[in-house]
Amino acid sequence: MLALEKVTVRYGGVTALDGVSLAIERGRILGLIGPNGAGKTTLVNATTGLAPLAGGSVILDGRRVDGLPPHRIARAGIARTYQNIRLFGALDVRGNLAAGAFARRARLHADEVRSLLERAGIPHVDPGAQASSLPYGDQRRLEIARALAASPGVVMLDEPAAGMNPAETHRLVETIRAIAAAGIAVLLIEHDMTLVRAACDSVVVLNFGEAIAHGTPAEIARDPVVVEAYLGTGAEALA
Amino acid sequence: MNALADFYAKHSQLLNQIGINAMLALSLSVSLRAGQLALAQAAFMGIAAYVSAILALTYKWPLPAAILAAVIASTVVAALLAFPVRRLRGVFLAIATIGFGEIVRVVANNLSLTGGAEGMSGIPADVTTPVIYAALAAVALALVALSRTKFALAVTLTREDEHAARGVGVDVGAVRTLSLALGGAIAGLAGALYAHSAFFITPGDFGFARMEEILVWCVIGGVTSPVGAVLGATLLSVLPELIRFLADYREITDGVILLAVVLFAPGGLGSLWRRGAVRVRV
Repeated sequence: MLALEKVTVRYGGVTALDGVSLAIERGRILGLIGPNGAGKTTLVNATTGLAPLAGGSVILDGRRVDGLPPHRIARAGIARTYQNIRLFGALDVRGNLAAGAFARRARLHADEVRSLLERAGIPHVDPGAQASSLPYGDQRRLEIARALAASPGVVMLDEPAAGMNPAETHRLVETIRAIAAAGIAVLLIEHDMTLVRAACDSVVVLNFGEAIAHGTPAEIARDPVVVEAYLGTGAEALA
Repeated sequence: MNALADFYAKHSQLLNQIGINAMLALSLSVSLRAGQLALAQAAFMGIAAYVSAILALTYKWPLPAAILAAVIASTVVAALLAFPVRRLRGVFLAIATIGFGEIVRVVANNLSLTGGAEGMSGIPADVTTPVIYAALAAVALALVALSRTKFALAVTLTREDEHAARGVGVDVGAVRTLSLALGGAIAGLAGALYAHSAFFITPGDFGFARMEEILVWCVIGGVTSPVGAVLGATLLSVLPELIRFLADYREITDGVILLAVVLFAPGGLGSLWRRGAVRVRV
């Protein structure tokens, strides 16, 4: 479905991503974790064409998409959400969904609004409400609905649980699982390990721009390299 | 009927002005709707006015052909202008496009082809009030038709957030180029009609003062409301006639009106009947 092969991104002298490879399959959820500054968002930006690649390739359904401008990659079927919410705040909910559907061929049908909101877990939201007037959690979910409106093959969620309480995070797991169950390849960037464990089929760990581990959530949690990246060396000495 | 004919005879000049000004306001509102503060409308108007006048006067082209060629010329220039300013936004775009306008004015001021600072006179002036209003109606209809297309959605998204617009598949560069070109076409049409309803044109007709005037109409009308832009242009074209006793203070009255709108209806006249979330057609 979507494959990143030896992707390298440099910002000036800083290597933000260093030869990272990973693959996401339809119907599966791949978690992407790592400490702050590890390159998680850079990976999404590299995939969606916002950050130019210094090396490697991005392949969607057997076709190279790296080097294409962001709007072409969006139209190829890769939708995303943002770590800092980027809704069209002045537009109403319906307008934001129509915006999401811009990437695909067919325009948004009025009947779709309800089902998109349901799939994102916000069936109670008024389609005529201004996006910026929604509560924070609903805005995050509206971003997910906007991504789904594109009828994408791949959805990249950049910290969708940020700012949510445990109960909301728990409900988010169901939402994300249902998205994958509909045959979409999901990349989930997350800090919250509870969410990652509950939602993801497999996990890639980034540290200083390198993929240092890859495995099931259970394997990752036991991996000493991962523990070291998160807690630092000499953790035992402190204990 | 007589009264109407009388009114028309007395005010046809003013009616022509209103029609042309409304087109100019619409032309700028096209750019502003896409969130682009591109202030070259007076230059586009001038380019078309000169092209049409030269073709009709010097080369004896029939008026419709001259006007068509003029509109094509201003459209092409506007589309080409989009390239050098493609990375500029906000006031930087405004400054660059105002600079472009000054270049056009200075060139017209110094070419012998355009008659230099004295301008051109004796231009065939066969464009009548009905022709101007037919053109205005055509422009308005075209914009209404356009508002039902996917392009209109792309324009709205580009205005609201260029970054997020790219993320949902909008080719922001194309939107900017097309909206500048469309604005150039409308301003060009207004300019060509202006040249052929006045008898003479000078470079000063298309300078910064004109551009500022067009911007004020749009601000008063509401920058993203085409209807408001037309209202603003009409209001400020008629007002000087209604308060002729204040003629010596025209700049002051215009300034007071602008100030009042900015203070009491910051969204312009257009916002008085449209509030809340921006709606898009789905």
